[in-house]
Amino acid sequence: MTATEIPTADDVAVNDNGVAVGRHLLSVAEIGGDAIREILHLTDRFVEIGKRNIPKVPALRGKTVCTLFFEDSTRTRMSFETAAKRLSADITSFSVSSSSVNKGESVRDTIETVQAMGVDAFVVRHRSAGVPWQVTDWVEPHVSVINAGDGWHAHPTQGLLDAYTLLQARAGEAGPDASLDGLHIGLVGDIKHSRVARSDVEIFTALGAKVTLIAPPTLLPPAVETWNVEVSHDFDSMLPQLDVVALLRIQKERMVEALIPSIKEYVDGYGLTPERVSLIRPDVFITHPGPMNRGIEVAVDVLEHHPGALVTRQVTNGVAVRMAVLFLLLGSGVDVT
Amino acid sequence: MSSSEQSQGTVLIRGGEVVDPTGRRRADVGIRNGQVVAVGEGLEADRHDRVIDAEGCIVSTGFVDLHSHLREPGQEEAETIESGSRGAALGGYTTVLAMPNTIPAIDSASIVRDVMQLAETALCDVLPTGAITKGRAGEQLAPMAEMAALGVTMFTDDGAGVADNTLMRRAMEYATGLDVTLAQHCEDPALSQGGSMHEGEWSSRLGIPAQPAEAEELMVMRDVALAKLTGAKAHFQHLSTRRSIEMVRDAKAFGLPITCEATTHHFTLTHAECASFNPVFKVNPPLRTDDDVLAVREALADGTIDAIATDHAPHAPENKELPFDQASPGMLGLETALALALTELDLPIERVLALMSWRPARLGGIGHEVDGRIDEGTRADLAVIDPSVQWTVSGAAMASRSRNTPYEGRLLTGRVRHTIHRGEIVVMNGEAQR
Repeated sequence: MTATEIPTADDVAVNDNGVAVGRHLLSVAEIGGDAIREILHLTDRFVEIGKRNIPKVPALRGKTVCTLFFEDSTRTRMSFETAAKRLSADITSFSVSSSSVNKGESVRDTIETVQAMGVDAFVVRHRSAGVPWQVTDWVEPHVSVINAGDGWHAHPTQGLLDAYTLLQARAGEAGPDASLDGLHIGLVGDIKHSRVARSDVEIFTALGAKVTLIAPPTLLPPAVETWNVEVSHDFDSMLPQLDVVALLRIQKERMVEALIPSIKEYVDGYGLTPERVSLIRPDVFITHPGPMNRGIEVAVDVLEHHPGALVTRQVTNGVAVRMAVLFLLLGSGVDVT
Repeated sequence: MSSSEQSQGTVLIRGGEVVDPTGRRRADVGIRNGQVVAVGEGLEADRHDRVIDAEGCIVSTGFVDLHSHLREPGQEEAETIESGSRGAALGGYTTVLAMPNTIPAIDSASIVRDVMQLAETALCDVLPTGAITKGRAGEQLAPMAEMAALGVTMFTDDGAGVADNTLMRRAMEYATGLDVTLAQHCEDPALSQGGSMHEGEWSSRLGIPAQPAEAEELMVMRDVALAKLTGAKAHFQHLSTRRSIEMVRDAKAFGLPITCEATTHHFTLTHAECASFNPVFKVNPPLRTDDDVLAVREALADGTIDAIATDHAPHAPENKELPFDQASPGMLGLETALALALTELDLPIERVLALMSWRPARLGGIGHEVDGRIDEGTRADLAVIDPSVQWTVSGAAMASRSRNTPYEGRLLTGRVRHTIHRGEIVVMNGEAQR
């Protein structure tokens, strides 16, 4: 590998002061439009690196990234860890099942303990909204905090990878002026309890797409009229209009909470059944953040056979997006040549 | 100096403007044996053991807080009756009603006696309220008569409402036989589902599990109906929504014996504060919308709301420095209430004093002793207020054992300079004297 193959600060159009996205990455809204496009454009480079025989660069050599997952997540954690490894960072990880949180240790104590071992970034997942924001008050000035999902609130790297995947599917790459202008995206499912939905809505609308939330009223957030979206309770009539069907995971416990009468009734109204697939144009894209409940959100065969199914691309791009984020937060200004 | 020694001495409050329900007048106030003995201009200083300066100040009866959590017994790491009463005195309070959600709950004569005993050395009168139901569990009536016999005048399961309709009806019926007031924390638990903030635009954006305004309003509606059915004296605690207030306004117009209070935070803060995810802004009932804040302010001005209460709710850091949805709800209030009323409400001083002292004294069952008047023979529970001094709120500087003020760093106008409790100078020049 030669130095010219490695992205440098100049390559990625980092601001003059060397700070592209601020110190932390907490929500799409806090990143802002220009920095979103910067991250997405940088992702192009890391997608390319991911296709090489040796998909690894020394950009973050000597940096330590700690994945701090207070809630189980296999995919997001692996994706971040893969991204960090491909940037040659060291990884430490912490998860609830193997930690002293079960013994009553507070988030703050955990942060301070891990930090004392030496760390440059925390990748935080917690089942309560807002924890990554609280963590920013407890870390040292050089430490970055990346939100890997907080409660129902935000999952910004998922939003970034979803947007990137649509850009790539449309134009091959994000390019410097990423835009989803003209796309009509239908987000289908449990919007109310979904951090993915909140981050997707923020980034899709920031990039110019029109978004329609498609769900029964019980699975919509309160005061949905204050969101920059349309709302529909009729998936069938929406389907022919959509350019993207973005499915969300539905959790079986929602039934117990009297939000939906039964899984069957949900599937009848909002599942991507074989009958509905036949209503979808071949040029429509289908996404799902995983993990999927096959036979509930989506029929078994749809994602294998529909040409617009992007689910595995989402996973692949997730690594590149997270490389871009880690690089911008931790690598800016570092001489990697 | 012990309180008894000091109350033997004589005190002169010199140079202030006395404001009471009979009007305003420049007057010195002479105090002896825990009572006001002279009110008039030019009282002679050398005839008094101690002279305190009230130049530029308003002299009023001490404030009465209908709603404080002093955490003793059970959570002394957060507050004690001593530390809470010191904060109260610094805030100008000479009487606070202590909520019964202690551990154990104040739900029997023996615990009422314990609290009364702890309160003997407090810096203000601390009157225990009693639980309506045993252990505040909402299942069986607590022995209200034995608590009333010790002087408890207000009962509440505060922290929770009494959800069972029939149980609340029985409690109200029983209360009419004791001539006590039932105070309700209005929250339908099945509807609120423990939501951590107000359900609306902000909870939607922040993804925080929330409770709708209707969770409060449903219980207000029910209790208005039950008050009509039973004739009981019903008091609504910490009302926070426009519709709740409208229902109380209508019920009062109908002639029902209903009263209510609002907290300082419900007329100064909105749910937008939760966007910081700082649990210091988590409180129950939650911070509401701009329109609800406006409704509270209107009702404070027009008298629909009888009293400003603090809902002073100290929490130790380990219960507050948690994820927003896991943190304990509640805010400090005793040391900031007057300043917030003076800074944030555009009301005449008489109205502020009526809300903080005159009216709650009556509601708290001490109106026969403290009714706002400052005259020969009245109890020397007095607050000397400097209405123009500016100061910056600091949790660390407070007397409370806890630090959870939502007003940290805020510049406020108006503060209590001196507090006299039963003739004892408990606060002088803004400093607690013991």
